[in-house]
Amino acid sequence: MSMTMHADSSNRELIAFRVGRQEFCINVMMVREIRGWTAATSLPRSPRYIRGVINLRGAVLPIIDLAIRLGLPATEPTARNVIIVVQIGQQQIGLLVDAVSDILTASNMNIQPSPDVSSDLVKTFVKGLLPVDGRMISLIALDNALPRELEAA
Amino acid sequence: MSTTTVLTVDDSRAMRDMLRHSLAAAGFRVIQAEDGLHGLEMLAEEMPDVIVTDINMPRMDGFGFIEAVRKDETRKALPVLVLTTEVDVEKKNRARAAGATGWIVKPFDPVKLVDAIRRVSA
Amino acid sequence: MEDPMAAIRETFFQECEEQLAELESGLIAMENGSAEVETVNAVFRAVHSMKGGAGIFSLDALVRFAHVFETALDKVRSGTLVATPAVLSVFLRAADVLADLVRAARENGKVDEARTSAMVAEFDQINEIAGGVGPAPQSSAAAGGVFEEDPAPDSVARSCWEINYTPRAELYAKANETAILLRELRRLGEIEVRLDTSLLPELSEMDPEGSYLSWHIKLKADCNEADIRHVFEFVEDDCALSITPPDEPQGLIPGTVITGDNGFKFEFFPPPEMEEPEAEPVAQAVPATAPQPQVIQPSMVKSQAVEAIAAKAESAAAAPVTIRVDLDRVDRMIDLVGELVINEAMLSQRVLEAGITRASGVAMALEELEHLTREIQDSVMAIRAQPVRSVFQRMPRLVREVAAQTGKQVRLIMEGENTEVDKTVIERIADPLTHMIRNAIDHGLESTETRIESGKPVEGTVKLTALHRSGRIVLEVSDDGGGINRARVKQKAVENGVIAPDAQLTDDEIDNLIFLPGFSTAAKVSDISGRGVGMDVVRQSVAALGGRISISSRPGQGSIFTLSLPLTLAVLDGMVVSARGHTLIIPLGAIVETLKPRAADVFPLDRDLNVLALRGGYVPMVDVAASLGYCDQFIEPEQSVALLVEGEGGVRAVLLVDAIHGQRQVVIKSLEANYRAVPGIAAATVMGDGRVALILDVDAVVRNARSETGGRTPEALILAEAP
Repeated sequence: MSMTMHADSSNRELIAFRVGRQEFCINVMMVREIRGWTAATSLPRSPRYIRGVINLRGAVLPIIDLAIRLGLPATEPTARNVIIVVQIGQQQIGLLVDAVSDILTASNMNIQPSPDVSSDLVKTFVKGLLPVDGRMISLIALDNALPRELEAA
Repeated sequence: MSTTTVLTVDDSRAMRDMLRHSLAAAGFRVIQAEDGLHGLEMLAEEMPDVIVTDINMPRMDGFGFIEAVRKDETRKALPVLVLTTEVDVEKKNRARAAGATGWIVKPFDPVKLVDAIRRVSA
Repeated sequence: MEDPMAAIRETFFQECEEQLAELESGLIAMENGSAEVETVNAVFRAVHSMKGGAGIFSLDALVRFAHVFETALDKVRSGTLVATPAVLSVFLRAADVLADLVRAARENGKVDEARTSAMVAEFDQINEIAGGVGPAPQSSAAAGGVFEEDPAPDSVARSCWEINYTPRAELYAKANETAILLRELRRLGEIEVRLDTSLLPELSEMDPEGSYLSWHIKLKADCNEADIRHVFEFVEDDCALSITPPDEPQGLIPGTVITGDNGFKFEFFPPPEMEEPEAEPVAQAVPATAPQPQVIQPSMVKSQAVEAIAAKAESAAAAPVTIRVDLDRVDRMIDLVGELVINEAMLSQRVLEAGITRASGVAMALEELEHLTREIQDSVMAIRAQPVRSVFQRMPRLVREVAAQTGKQVRLIMEGENTEVDKTVIERIADPLTHMIRNAIDHGLESTETRIESGKPVEGTVKLTALHRSGRIVLEVSDDGGGINRARVKQKAVENGVIAPDAQLTDDEIDNLIFLPGFSTAAKVSDISGRGVGMDVVRQSVAALGGRISISSRPGQGSIFTLSLPLTLAVLDGMVVSARGHTLIIPLGAIVETLKPRAADVFPLDRDLNVLALRGGYVPMVDVAASLGYCDQFIEPEQSVALLVEGEGGVRAVLLVDAIHGQRQVVIKSLEANYRAVPGIAAATVMGDGRVALILDVDAVVRNARSETGGRTPEALILAEAP
């Protein structure tokens, strides 16, 4: 399964996915590919949210368990889970999520600011909230998803 | 209709590139050889209107090349210009004796080189 | 589109690098007497060609120096100057100066003018011996002045221009009109027109579309040639046009000399006296592959020289045809073949899993495929293989410099320059090699006085050798110096607390102590070896490439540094092992042997550290899974498989894993490309089942094990283990 990308400047296309009982979304422009879960090779001395690495057509792709990264209970991946391959700068990483739920078109008007809460995780990742058919979808930024170069494990 | 074809013979890639660039810009068709032997190989394939050759080259130098060119009856009238950094009069005379049509000292001025080629090929 | 001039400039500098290398190797061949006739020519051509190219880009400093150099080389070529060792020494240093000038020109950097002019002065001396120097071009702009008999260039004319204009049929076909051109010319000044009808054929032979007329135009105008050319701008290709400035002979008269203000000079020779040499019957087309020696150099009388050139020409003609390929394309192909290898392995595994027997046609075809895949991989890797020559060529200069700095006389011998390694490796050997050679001259060779005292030749010898040995490249740097002063090394090691005062070390072990951190035995800190980098750093960088470095020495006779590296950094031979369910690759190069440890040989040294008694010594044991943090529970040594590994500087340890699954060549994949460096892991690879396996960084694991025990592993313990 792969996504086609649309570059439309006025309306942003967002891809929404479920992690646990919550829904999140990211800009579809970041997405390179969506693929099924395959077992990852765990990396020594890495943060808990790094599930390990998988082989993506010859490249070594790190997999981030988004649930752990966002402070939710860890995912127990099965064949039904998916990996969203995203491009962040020069690097590609895979996001382990439960399922892709929706493709949304949103203008900046729809996006509500996230409430000022003390949670560091919310501050770090949640950039806005989208109300969609009575659901709440958190727009997240991924720039801080990977551990920094010198961050101690 | 007929485009003037210039065979350049020079062992330096930079010089060949430079020649190709300036001569092609002037509307010449440019064929290139890397040394005298290679130049003779190219002459076996086709007859250019003018030859521009360097003197100092491996395998076969410019003098040997010009002499070999002149040994063929069909190439007696083929203009051969020597393009060189050599400033030695003796060398120049040797080129003349070998049958060179003209002697051009590098650094060449592309416009004037083109002009020189036009003069001898007209 | 990129700027064509910038591209040509880049080509020029690339070519300069090649010519500088050729120059240096040629001069060295002349120095040690192995030069042929053609070597001298090649050396001359290298400098000559650089001068010519530099002229295009107005690199005046380069042109001037190359000219001086070239003049001297030409004298050697013609036999008026003898290439004595003293002369060659000047040439070699001049080659270094020339290299610096090229570099400065390329990077728009500064030129050491004092050094350049000192060099020019040395040339003057040489040339004086040989008698006379050709006038050096003052600059590319003035280069035209070298012919004294030429009239001075005159760029702006004052009075009468002569224009010869012969339109071709195409000019009319393109709807141009001579009348219009003449009208335009009249705007520039006063004109006088003469129509030349001499070429007009008989009416019966005339082509109605043809063009038979010429115009001779005298133009009296205060303009320059460009103004006139501008008039003919659109018809220039469709007419024969010659424009002669006022005070020059007209047009195509033999003997015409045209000079430009930028040094351009065109001389049109008068026709050769009609007494052509007896035209020998020559084939229509001169066969290119079998040139006649007389065709090449008819004027040469010395048959030996003719033969040498002919032989050279023939060998050159028979030389393999080469093409230039963008490195990116080759790299892409290597990546793809890496994928192919992985896919092939995956396919094999799937077929086996499907229960197809090895004797079946499918399995046999697969085996064939595997064979082919390996062959393709080898061939593709061979494309990127390069001789180490490019690195070796930098060493003579280094030796000259270090020799000058230390005041020692050094002779460098190089062997195996054609030994090939992958490009990924070649870029990485220059640094360690530089250090090894610096060290050999600075620390290895004794001072001149000491050498005289001990009855050795004043000139010390450093030998650099490259060869292939068991799938690796081995580089050796040997010297005929005094060898390592073991007493001093050992004393220093004891002072630094590296070894116990009563440690019993073999000679080899003492020698290799110089690779330990912070080890410098030079009584006085020298400029050359003490550039902030010790041999420990060299060893570390070599180890990072999967290489090893060691030294052996014989007192009074010298030392040999040995550096061994894998032939490529793209694939690696590894042992596939499992540690607590994790598949890992251990580089084969690091493994000394596999062991099955007996409980009786395992001794606890500390809470977290066991050592294994091995042939009279003790080696620390490292549980790989625990070391990587995969688990807290240490494996029972008796239930494990042990691998004796050797890390940096020959330091050994025993790695414990659950099982060994065999050897395999793996394609190295970077973890950093999409993630970051992981401690204890060198890189990753993709296994036959499509999963990623990690390649163990043996040195890091060994080092880590020691630092975790507070560095209490006594060095002597490890060193005492007999190899």
